[in-house]
Amino acid sequence: MGALGEGLVEAIKMLVTGDPEVLEISLRTLQVSGLATLISVAIGIPVGVFLALKRFWGRELAVSLVNFGMGLPPVVVGLVTWLCLTRYGPLGFLGLLYTPTAMIIAQAIIASPIVAGFTVAAIQSLNPKMHYQILALGANRVQFVWLLLREARLGLLAAIIAGFGGVISEVGASIMVGGNVKGSTRVLTTAISLEISKGRFELATALSIILLAISFLITALLTKLQQHRRQPQ
Amino acid sequence: MRQRRLRASILVVLLTLFLGMGFAAERAAVKVTDVILATTTSTVDTGLLDVLLPIFEAQTGYKVKPIGVGSGQALAMGEKGEADVLLTHAPAAEKPLVEKGLVTNYRLVMHNDFVLVGPAEDPAGIRGMKSSAAALQKIAQAKALFISRGDDSGTHKKEQELWKKAGIKPGGAWYQESGSGMGQTLLIASEKKGYTLTDRGTYLAQKKNIALEILVEGDRDLLNIYHVMQVNPAKFSKVNAEGAQAFVEFMVAPETQKLIADYGRDKYGSPLFFADAGKSEEELGK
Repeated sequence: MGALGEGLVEAIKMLVTGDPEVLEISLRTLQVSGLATLISVAIGIPVGVFLALKRFWGRELAVSLVNFGMGLPPVVVGLVTWLCLTRYGPLGFLGLLYTPTAMIIAQAIIASPIVAGFTVAAIQSLNPKMHYQILALGANRVQFVWLLLREARLGLLAAIIAGFGGVISEVGASIMVGGNVKGSTRVLTTAISLEISKGRFELATALSIILLAISFLITALLTKLQQHRRQPQ
Repeated sequence: MRQRRLRASILVVLLTLFLGMGFAAERAAVKVTDVILATTTSTVDTGLLDVLLPIFEAQTGYKVKPIGVGSGQALAMGEKGEADVLLTHAPAAEKPLVEKGLVTNYRLVMHNDFVLVGPAEDPAGIRGMKSSAAALQKIAQAKALFISRGDDSGTHKKEQELWKKAGIKPGGAWYQESGSGMGQTLLIASEKKGYTLTDRGTYLAQKKNIALEILVEGDRDLLNIYHVMQVNPAKFSKVNAEGAQAFVEFMVAPETQKLIADYGRDKYGSPLFFADAGKSEEELGK
């Protein structure tokens, strides 16, 4: 396979010379998927905590829905978001279609259930006795949740890693609502799929290597945060 | 605890503001200068737009957002007012939009041609045939594998036209639909040693990755004609009429036409497109 070898060489060349276009696409990828992950954390963690702690009628159905949402097909999310954002669609007045914001919205929709689902599991897997312990120590509601979140840190960071991994690798929704516009909504995954259509496999491989490298770096960073102070004490 | 909460809420407020600013900036930008160009994948995949758009943007200050989709989808976007200007290659499907007044300023831009490609062994024996319809008949008779785009793109529409002309309703195990773009379809046809119909530009761009040869070319039926048109602002109030009109004028301007005529000459040895502004469709290919 010539393309793989040439792709590797090309990727190293791009990284060494700091190819401005690749740099720009990589930065945008981080920006879009990073912001989408942040939003999904802001939505997913509170929802997950609520579902894990509250007992209410229909809770199981709600958790099932979240778990179902963890596997939402990106291309379906893309289609629905696209239909909502088109000029004559319900949210067309916002004028967001084919902007990075549209991509952030679609990706946040993909990642939120993932974060929420992992959060439910993380909180529920804590020893229930801990609840009484914390309450017995006189914690108020906020302190109680805060302490639980701290205890569930391992699982919560897994939630964030999974959410980020889900969106940075996603192409169906991004190409649909972003349109793969050069200099505006082109991210690494959509650029790769374009280069494949163009028949430039070396370049596609090079971009893939860069995407994997970025994805690995971020994941490694989050893992460090996760494993930090987790060594047996 | 209280301090921590305060810090958290400040963070949330700042993040919201940051995002809000992003929204506001983009909305402002969208209103004034964006032109949404719905176009066929071949203008994107051949790299032609990468050459033309920066020049148009520098000349006019508009920002073009080229959305590369099949011609069918591009026309559907135009029909719903979801794009400002269209650059497509499916004249038979474009005409109804012109007649209904959904698009205006319908101008011929350029042409190249479709070619029938297939494996060098050529199991159906179509090499060198003059009529593409007759070649398709031979493929059907031989039940030789044919890979169709199957995606309602301009190329797919052309293929269906040709089958109709050949008097054949293709189907069965030898006729497969890839459901993907031209580049992908060529790769599939190459791997499976099948025939397919392709525009010459994408074939040339993919040539080094595939083992397919041009077997039938030069038939008048194989002309691939590109038109540019603006979505009618009288029907859709939200389109960027000025931007769309500027783009149409740009595409048929003599300087742009020269760029189109020269495009690809250095890389492929022959031009990918023939510039045709001002001609009529009937004059082409003569």
